[in-house]
Amino acid sequence: MKNEYLKIEHVCKTFGKGETRSEVLRDISLEVAKGEYIAIIGHSGCGKSTLLNIVAGLTDATSGYVFLEGREVHQPGPDRAVVFQNHSLLPWLTVYDNVRLAVDKVFRGSKSSAERHEWTLRNLELVHMTHALKKRPGEISGGMKQRVGIARALSMSPKVLLLDEPFGALDALTRAHLQEEVMKIHAELGNTVMMITHDVDEAVLLSDRIVMMTNGPAAHIGEIHDVNLARPRNRLELIGDPTYIAGRARVLEFLHKKSHYVEAA
Amino acid sequence: MIGLLGLVWQWLCSSPDASLPPPSKVLSDTHELITQPFYDNGGNDKGLFWHLLASLKRVALGYTLAATVGIGLGVLVGSSKWAMRALDPLFQVLRTIPPLAWLPLSLAAFRDGQPSAIFVIFITAIWPIIINTAVGIRNIPQDYRNVARVLRLNGAEFFTTIMLPAAAPYIFTGLRIGIGLSWLAIVAAEMLIGGVGIGFFIWDAWNSSLISDIILALAYVGVIGFLLDRLVALTGKLIGRGTVSI
Repeated sequence: MKNEYLKIEHVCKTFGKGETRSEVLRDISLEVAKGEYIAIIGHSGCGKSTLLNIVAGLTDATSGYVFLEGREVHQPGPDRAVVFQNHSLLPWLTVYDNVRLAVDKVFRGSKSSAERHEWTLRNLELVHMTHALKKRPGEISGGMKQRVGIARALSMSPKVLLLDEPFGALDALTRAHLQEEVMKIHAELGNTVMMITHDVDEAVLLSDRIVMMTNGPAAHIGEIHDVNLARPRNRLELIGDPTYIAGRARVLEFLHKKSHYVEAA
Repeated sequence: MIGLLGLVWQWLCSSPDASLPPPSKVLSDTHELITQPFYDNGGNDKGLFWHLLASLKRVALGYTLAATVGIGLGVLVGSSKWAMRALDPLFQVLRTIPPLAWLPLSLAAFRDGQPSAIFVIFITAIWPIIINTAVGIRNIPQDYRNVARVLRLNGAEFFTTIMLPAAAPYIFTGLRIGIGLSWLAIVAAEMLIGGVGIGFFIWDAWNSSLISDIILALAYVGVIGFLLDRLVALTGKLIGRGTVSI
């Protein structure tokens, strides 16, 4: 492995006790390099979101450790910003204030008020949302909300960006559009990204490596696929690309054949 | 509609042996009270404005206390399971005690009418405020809590940026029920403690068989109760920044 940046070591997670005890994750180990884009794919309910929450620090692992830059992760923090599946914007704050809240909290000590204002606007510019600064989340579309959610996460200058099925609730066209933008942002800022998804195309298009999870209970990493496609990637050009097709086929095969027997169990 | 009701009332009470006066008689009887709400002949012989003002002052004081303590206790009960288990059964029992049942006890404790009336307002209005606030706090979506945890908001920041706005619709529901109950309780309490106040005015009018005065006072009580309710609702709209829809 290259220089390990984010390291997940033998993480297990069980919920409940005694009779109702259920093992969700079993012995997950993964190393992510700085600037790498990792997709975690698996069927619904396999525990991929639980894994993301453990990395975020929102859930404690039953055993095992998560290290970021050699330091163990115990609690949530802005260095592991999360883009939540349902955007989780605060409905009583405007678009600007939602991002500004994060900026103020993270940079209060290091940036002046004017700098924090600039920084808020810059992050909203990255997701092309400067036209709706004064709008409330209730007044903008689902795609726009998710953009603001991404801007809020980016504005924390996180070491790792955690995306929890960020485009799952969006229509196909909006989703494609946002995927392009995430690729652009990733190319520009070089963030380290861990993305949960159940969309095979999205995983192959966006990521450097695809981590395939087996079905729960006791999900573990089934296979890891390296996506050897040059960047920048173009969705239309990739349609006929043999590497793209092969990657897609491998993930599909895993999801529909190899992890299938577990579902029956 | 009001005109029609007035006509029916006029018709029902216009016979000479009717026990209640018709609206025409009410108006002529209370003409002086309506046109001169500000007169003050000393003692309890004051215009309706002064009686209403005295009642409103008591309500304002008791209700402000109830809102402050109620929201505080509601936040405590809503955020701590331990506090919830310890205090909720107590609240559920205490809140069923009728407002006036507190009056003798508070008179015994304070030995004065004024603080007793305020205490009755307080103890009447506080329960819906506590209970609704607690429910509001408990219902804050986990998503918002997660956002707060990722941002590492501290207790005070969480309270002002997430907890209060998220629970605002519930809190203001409690506050609205509370103001309604306060106004109900003050009239009843003042009938018993005497002094200046709209409740005492009604009782005094009854003792003097001034039925028309009572009817006029009831109309004022109703309108002011309605206005108080609208006032709290409006405050909720302004403070809730779009989250409170009443």
